[in-house]
Order: sequence, then structure tokens, then C-alpha cells
Amino acid sequence: MPGLEDLYREIILDHYRNPRNRGELDAPPATRTEGFNPLCGDEIVVYLDLDDAGVVQDIRIGGQGCSISQSSASMMSAAVKGKTVAEVAALTQAFKAMMSIHESSLGEDGEDGGTAADMPVEAPEGVRLGDLEALRGVVKFPVRIKCATLAWNTLAQGIEDAQQA
Amino acid sequence: MTTATEPFDVAKVKADFPILQQEVKGRPIVFLDSAASSQKPRAVIDAMSEYYETINANVHRGVYEIAEKATNALEAARLRIGRFIGAPKPETEVLFTKNATEALNLVAQSWGRANLGPGDAVLLTQLEHHANIVPWFQLAAEKGFEVRWIPLTADAQLDLSEIDTLLDGVKLLGLTAMSNVAGTITPIAELTAKAHAAGALVCLDACQYVPHLPTRLDELGVDFAAFSGHKMLGPTGVGVLWGREELLEAMPPWLGGGGMILNVTLDGFLPAALPAKFEAGTPPIAEIIGLAAAVDYLDALGMEAVREHEVSITAYAMRTLTERFGDTLTIHGPAEPAMRGGVLSLALEGVHPHDLSQVLDEHAVCVRPGHHCAKPLMQVLGVGATARASFYVYNDDADVDALADALADAASFFSF
Repeated sequence: MPGLEDLYREIILDHYRNPRNRGELDAPPATRTEGFNPLCGDEIVVYLDLDDAGVVQDIRIGGQGCSISQSSASMMSAAVKGKTVAEVAALTQAFKAMMSIHESSLGEDGEDGGTAADMPVEAPEGVRLGDLEALRGVVKFPVRIKCATLAWNTLAQGIEDAQQA
Repeated sequence: MTTATEPFDVAKVKADFPILQQEVKGRPIVFLDSAASSQKPRAVIDAMSEYYETINANVHRGVYEIAEKATNALEAARLRIGRFIGAPKPETEVLFTKNATEALNLVAQSWGRANLGPGDAVLLTQLEHHANIVPWFQLAAEKGFEVRWIPLTADAQLDLSEIDTLLDGVKLLGLTAMSNVAGTITPIAELTAKAHAAGALVCLDACQYVPHLPTRLDELGVDFAAFSGHKMLGPTGVGVLWGREELLEAMPPWLGGGGMILNVTLDGFLPAALPAKFEAGTPPIAEIIGLAAAVDYLDALGMEAVREHEVSITAYAMRTLTERFGDTLTIHGPAEPAMRGGVLSLALEGVHPHDLSQVLDEHAVCVRPGHHCAKPLMQVLGVGATARASFYVYNDDADVDALADALADAASFFSF
């Protein structure tokens, strides 16, 4: 049976208590994208400054949520700053792959918390998740996966918004 | 059946609920989420099994013996449930739906669609559950009437200082009897009198009220009332809409199909009389029979005694939690236990409700994090979510102590 220490790693609590890149950017020129978790009420706002070359010049995170959604957003913001859109996409894919539910990763009595959005994603090769690895334990708590992926889904929408702006 | 107000033996009550006999994570389960869905006593489970094992047949059609018995059981349940809520004419005024949400949608789609238009207003309270908000927004978008709000005081009670102005032009007041978040019990009879004086009907969301307090709809004076079976020891899949007979008579049917017609020809149809007019298709027969068994169970405890038990455990919980956590714990809603139901929405300093509920789960303490389908209320309270503990007939002071211990563990786990 997974314990709380699998979920709440120290680095997660650190990002929760001291969130990186918390705040706002003027939009425009930045884009402002909201994401919601309709189940628990978590809300996240991603402010994104994408330059003409498709590089993340700056990112800020607003909104409120639990330690998992907030730490995931904080680590994400630190990880994507200075990256190109293609690098962000690869990182997102790698993160989603880690958050995918594989039956083998659940206990024998593991429940099926997966929906279409959480279907197994193939991990791209050569992408390092770094601190984000700390969120690996979340898959053992299927109802919390949506907390961890909220920021990433919102960022993906934000990149679309920025490219259309 | 008894009408006594003698307290009941909670240990004996708990023993009637098979699900509460199990251990979760090696600890006895502490179920504190009855406001979302209550547990079911053996008597309810047995009544439903007995129906399937002895008289299962479709109702209102067959002429063979067990079909007749099934029909009789369903109609007896209608009368039984109607008596439980003080319905003056249960045989025509108690309508079965799939849940309370469908019951409220029925009022909007049948009465609302026929009676609301530009220049009209529907008045709601900021305590409402989405089920008594969204159906009115949906209809307003189509019919062009206004949706207005009764604001709240700081302790989540209705602020009625401007009520006369707010009621001007209102055709329907949508009112929760008891908040599923803050536990607030609203002044139903007083507001209903004011609404009627202003020419408005009252549609009561009684989901958190009927399971927990003695209910006399005839005395409350409301025009419609909706509640669900699964929050009052009954099964999921059945809800009830009660409406005043003359209103239901005048309303057009909503869902069409078998069972709701008097006649169908190549040119059209004639609707059936009440209650069939609003019960298209095969009803949830086993669930209705199960709900009647739940009502029998509650009546045997006595609803006065149920209410006294809940005021007592709520008072104990508020006292215990305040003593142990002081200012680090906020309990939303009225401070006086007698003015509220057994629903405690908690905010523990420094711990998000989602994380709090996760730690509580390690202690086999079942509470609910989230917005509780009341996002406008969350906005007014200035929070994104709460962790909600709710009590019922099978909870005792030891459950409160387990909650307090688990909260202390969460506080230390997340301490900065």
C-alpha cells in the first residue's frame, strides 16, 4: 500500500511552500490562460511570454490549488523557462508519460482512475525530468493525477494561445 | 414506528450498517461524508433484494399476481414517503425522479418554461447547490428572464436586509433548506410567506433537510420541494419532487414516453393524470421500495431524535475542534449548532483541503474535499475548496475524536 511519503516528497513540499515564478505578466504582450479542475475546484493561471523564435522568455503562475497541483506548476515553470516550444512539448510528453497509469504500477487491487486524457503516453527519448521525477509517486494515487497534470494542460493551451496571438 | 424523542443507541444503529463493520487501511472506517451520500442499513438492502427475489415485474401494466404486487408496493411507497414529508396529497403530489437534480430540472423545464419570460426574475440564494442554479441559467439563456441573488452574512446566513427589493418582479424563489457546505438552515417559512406576498412561488432544495430534520411541507408552505433517496439511507437512482397539486395539474409534462399518456393517436397525445404525467418510462421500482424502507428506518429512530443527535454531535465536534486547533482551523457557517445541520466545512491553516483529505484517508477518515457543487458559494466564502465532514445517525463522538486526531496528524505533516 502506497504511503503518504510516496506522494509528498520533500521537494514537492518545498515547491508548495516556496513556489517559483509565482505572479503575473502583463497580458498582452504575454498571454493569460486559465485551467480548471472541475472535480476539486483547483484553478491555475499561466502567463506566458513566448518570443518570435518560439522560446519561453518568461512564465508566471497564478491561481490556487493543493500541494500537488501547485508544486507541479512551480517545477514546470522552472523547467520550461528558456526552452523552445519543441523542447517544452517533449518535456510535457515525458511528464505525461510518467503520469500515465500502467496496470503494473498499481497494486493488484489498484483502481482504475484513468480517463481518455490519462491514457498511457509514450515517453520520448533523451528528455530529463530532473526535479519533476519527485511527482512520480502521484500515479499511485489515481485521483490526484489530474492535480499534477493541470498546470501542464494549461501550459499546452497557453502555447496554442500564444502562437495564435 | 415511534414518535418518541428519546435518544437512540448509536452503537446499535451502527451495527445495522454492513459497510461500517469493515476496516480500511487496517483501521475501522470513519465515514463522515453522508452529505454526499449516506450509507444503507441492512433493512434497505434486504427490502430491495426481497423485491427482486419475490415480486420483480414492471408496474402499472401486468395483470398477473406479482405485477400487481409490484404496483401495490410502489404505490404504497409513494404514500409512505409522502406521509414522511407531510405531503397533503401524496397519491398525486409525490413524483419519482432519478435524483433531486432531475426533480429541480423538472420544475425549470415544465413550470419555468411555461411561466417565465422577459421582465421576470428568478431569485436564488448564494448558498445554492449547482442543481438549483444551472437549470435556471439554462432556461434564462433561452427565455430572457433575470437571475438574482440573496447575499450572505459573514457567517453564511441569508442577508435578508434587502429582501423586499430583491423580491420585486420575482416569479420564483429557489431556496435551499440547508446548505450542503456551510450547514446553514434557512428561514423557510418566513421567506416563503414573503415570497408569496410578492407573488412568487418557492422551489425548495430539501436534499440536506429531509434526511436530517422532521419535515412538514404543509407547514413550511413551499410550492415545490426536491430531495434524493441516497442521502437519507436509501439507494441511489431515486429522487423525489413534491409539488402542490394545483400547480402540477396546470404544468405540461416534461419527459415524454410510455406511462405518462392517457391516449396516443396518429395526431398526437393526451397526458395522463398525476402522478403518471411526470413519470415517463419504467420507474426505479426497487429503489423506490428501498427508499420506503429507509423512511421506515428513520421513523423508527424518530426524526426529532435524529435532529437532537445531530445537534449534539455537531456541538461536540465544534467544541472539540476549536479547543484543539484554535485559530488555525476555520469552520465555515453559523457558530451556533442549533442553527445548522451536521455539516462542517473545514479550512486548516497551511493545508489545502485536497491534501488534508488525503492525510485523513490514511486514518480511514472519509471526508470530502472540493467545491461541493456550490462554486458561487465558494466565491463568496473566498476559498477554492473546503474539506467537509458531515454527520448522520451512525456517527458518534468517537468518530469526531478520530477526525480530530487525523487533523492533528495533517497539521504536523504539513507544518511549515
